Amino acid sequence: MRSTSLLLLGGAIVAPASASADTVTVTIPRLNVAEYHRPYVAVWLEPAGGGAPRTLAVWYDVKKGGNEPGTKWLSDLRAWWRKGGRSMAMPADGISGATRAPGQYSIPLPRDLRAGNYILNVEAARETGGRELVTLPITVPNGSGKATGRNELGLVTLSR
Amino acid sequence: MKSLAPRLLAAVALLAIPATASAHRAWLLPSVTTVSGTNNWVTVDAAISNDLFDPDHFPMQTGGIKVTRPDGTPGEIQNAAQGRYRSTFDVQLDKEGTWKIGTSTSTVGGSFKLNGEDWTIGRRRGPPSGGPGGPGGPGGPGGQAGAGGAAGPGARGEGQTPPPAAANAAQAHVVATVADIPAGATDIKLSETISRNEFFVTAGVPNDTVLRPTGKGLEFDPQTHPDDLVADEPARFRFLVDGKPAAGLRVTLVPGGKRFRDSESALDLTTGADGMIEVKWPLPGIYWLNVTASDANGSVAKGAERRMSYTATLEVPAP
Repeated sequence: MRSTSLLLLGGAIVAPASASADTVTVTIPRLNVAEYHRPYVAVWLEPAGGGAPRTLAVWYDVKKGGNEPGTKWLSDLRAWWRKGGRSMAMPADGISGATRAPGQYSIPLPRDLRAGNYILNVEAARETGGRELVTLPITVPNGSGKATGRNELGLVTLSR
Repeated sequence: MKSLAPRLLAAVALLAIPATASAHRAWLLPSVTTVSGTNNWVTVDAAISNDLFDPDHFPMQTGGIKVTRPDGTPGEIQNAAQGRYRSTFDVQLDKEGTWKIGTSTSTVGGSFKLNGEDWTIGRRRGPPSGGPGGPGGPGGPGGQAGAGGAAGPGARGEGQTPPPAAANAAQAHVVATVADIPAGATDIKLSETISRNEFFVTAGVPNDTVLRPTGKGLEFDPQTHPDDLVADEPARFRFLVDGKPAAGLRVTLVPGGKRFRDSESALDLTTGADGMIEVKWPLPGIYWLNVTASDANGSVAKGAERRMSYTATLEVPAP
């Protein structure tokens, strides 16, 4: 498990260096709370003119099984769930992964993404904590922009 | 007359006539309407009270609760229990799709004259017999459900109904069913009351099997899936009577939690020519939707009055 996270993290760190791909950066803030659990996070794109959403990343408790598997709380990412999360099978190759500790994470946009305008959505929901959705209108390719969450999410950026 | 008594009481308990004068409402409050996976349960409060969703009056009987699985086959409730003010039950959501859970009752009542005296079919006139009965007593949930809710599930009686007031009931001019109308009766007026009260819960991807209209009575024909609501998007709901769009029906939507506000803040909408309402949600939350209709198309007799009531509990998440 730990090695998987490390590998993903490694890949994420390398991505911006390639400079050819547009990259989304998501910040999970460090929160000073009595009971902290890493948030569930979903990152997805919606075509600005409407159309099928495309999920880029889902971070949830992949390991938890049994009667109450980690997938049980995916619907707490309520906007993502409604926009298409509910029709995805988890785990999803190249999309889903373990929850992340506070820090900054990079997600390259898929290379096969068609040029155009999109709404980038980042949603976080935390056990015993809050839930927040940050949206950022973006242009693909070579767009840039940033938005900031208030509680559950920090800076969200798109950069080359 | 003695032999009539048990049947009579059953009828008293069974009746679910929406008395518009009463504000008592029958309601179902699910713990959740959207779940991930097929290893979840929904636990439900069921009660009859004035304010939504505050249990402070009578529990709803759970015997009449029906579960329809996402493929249209019947399911079952589990762990049913009755408290002083509310009942509770669970449903295991072990199949993906949209489940329908609620009550559906159909009763016949009416009146006739015999030797110049007024008689009632299926229901006593006046206050419930047996005085201030507790839950389960004749003045209890069954009877109150009848006097109460726009829906009056509860009503099925389900074998509880101890009859201490049998004599009292029997003295009134009442017969249990249409079949008991004696020869020589005149001025027979019959009315049929059909009530539904339900909610929808979806595991994974919503589907429409349990939402398909049957073409009979007053029906909810949502154009916006009831488990796909969100506070910042208007919802479109259509209502049908016998499969045809029902124009001019008044639809009431009451958000829960009145005691945290100064007023009920109900929405009153009227269906258009296409039977449709568009709901712009003032707030996220749980809503109690109710609509009634009546006509002279009862199935019990030609021209019989038919009173129809539809109630649904809807969850409207924040965006």
